[in-house]
Amino acid sequence: MLDVNKIKNDFPMFRRNQDLIYLDNSATTFKPDAVIETINHYYEEASVNIERGDYLLSHKVSNMSEDARLTLAKFINAKRQEEIVFTSGATDSLNMVAYGLIDRLQEDDVILLNYAEHASNILCWFDVAKKKNCRIDYIDLTLDGEMCLDKLKAKLDQYGSKVKIVSLAYVSNVLGFKQDISNIAAMVHEYQALLIVDGAQSVPHMETDVQNLDIDFLAFSGHKMCGPTGIGVLYGKYEILDSLKPLRYGGGANARFDIAGNVLLQTTPHKFEAGTPNIAGALGLAAAVRYLNSIGMKNIEEYEKELKRYMVDKLKKLSNIKIYNSETTSGILAFNADDVFAQDAGSYLNTKNICVRSGNHCAKILHNLIGTDQTCRASLYFYNTKEDIDAFVNACKDLNVENCIGIFF
Amino acid sequence: MSDMLKDPAILRELIMDHYKYPRNHELVDDDSYDSRHMASDSCIDDITVQTKIENGIIKDIRFDGVACTICTASTSIMSELLKGKSVDEAKEIMENYFNMMDEKPYDEELLEEAIAMMNVHRQANRIKCATIGWKAMKEMIDKE
Repeated sequence: MLDVNKIKNDFPMFRRNQDLIYLDNSATTFKPDAVIETINHYYEEASVNIERGDYLLSHKVSNMSEDARLTLAKFINAKRQEEIVFTSGATDSLNMVAYGLIDRLQEDDVILLNYAEHASNILCWFDVAKKKNCRIDYIDLTLDGEMCLDKLKAKLDQYGSKVKIVSLAYVSNVLGFKQDISNIAAMVHEYQALLIVDGAQSVPHMETDVQNLDIDFLAFSGHKMCGPTGIGVLYGKYEILDSLKPLRYGGGANARFDIAGNVLLQTTPHKFEAGTPNIAGALGLAAAVRYLNSIGMKNIEEYEKELKRYMVDKLKKLSNIKIYNSETTSGILAFNADDVFAQDAGSYLNTKNICVRSGNHCAKILHNLIGTDQTCRASLYFYNTKEDIDAFVNACKDLNVENCIGIFF
Repeated sequence: MSDMLKDPAILRELIMDHYKYPRNHELVDDDSYDSRHMASDSCIDDITVQTKIENGIIKDIRFDGVACTICTASTSIMSELLKGKSVDEAKEIMENYFNMMDEKPYDEELLEEAIAMMNVHRQANRIKCATIGWKAMKEMIDKE
């Protein structure tokens, strides 16, 4: 079992905000001392650029940066560290894949998504599809919001070899469904399509083994896993990653070029990292990974599952609260209070020092499934305690329109 | 201004009433109306405001959409307050309303029921909710 009170003490945000009940971890997470100290160490004691510096410090920081890449590669069990590209986050990673694959797409090719995807895994595909006259289609979900393999197979059968890309979130950001990625990958590969996985809501919360899952590309963000903002990862199987078209060109991405326009790019992954990279971010993210590993991803997953169960069981006893995803095991809870608009509920909880998010979920499936466009989302991380949940549930007892208006007086 | 309108219990009731029974809460399909769809990422309110302005007079204001208590009530109150006013009168009322939101001096007499929104700035992230309908109207009036 995790010693959560000891863990909380690793985070300055909790030491300085003792009463804060933070349940918006799907949006971003707090940073432990180890991450902040690593970033500060870079800026205070090793603040130089990487590559090509003819002095020892630059050489040292270049090595630190490549060590960070290795740390990330091991964290998701990539075959080699060259399969890790540092990006600004999951959105950047997904855009890099979508536009990097654009030359491979032809008219009438099909890109398969599902109805519950986050905007970052939809909008780039819309644009790519428009530019190449491709078709976007959505894999049907079950009434519970889950994507089952039969529905995927139906779409693959329908379009056959036209399907070039299947892009899905491992864990969906609103209802928190965990997809059976391993079997999805097998099916997608049977049809010679590529499987792209948005790991923004999964990688921070569970073990990820890209080789075992047989994922072609994986995108995730650092700040959702105790790392700094502005850093993320694009993992790709080396051969496929290497064949992507880089989106940005500039220093650090080229090895040689001449006035006539001949360019020799750096090798993968550096050819995708033009410009001075987010060095502090990469080092900070590696520190976050070491921190998570010290707790153990299996422990984190187990603990969050237990916490979610505890939260659902307690909330279910309240007659004014409707839960939309009590069966999903990830630490994401979508709920509303009777007759209370989600944003009003969020503001009321804010007056009790509780941070949740109210969201307008345009995903069609959600509207069809749960009959509303807006929900509140409480999302957990391993540093949340049962006391946090008790306070949250207590506040939920009083969630009604009168009290939500009452906060303004 | 009646002192009743300073009683928090009454102001709270006023918001509740406009939220539960919003006035002018139906759009019309009429080309003589101007229309603004307001939706932003930072706030989940999504409303459309319509107005008919003739010879410098606001003949009608209507709205519909999915919105929170503050957005619904503030837009409902606005629709009643500005209907029948001249564009110049409406501009003055709006300026005072936005001043109230920004915690600047304002003339409470002019705001009538809109005074119910006087404390929204205490939940600063909700100022958007209290102004989204008013901004839609301002855009349409400024065009006149």
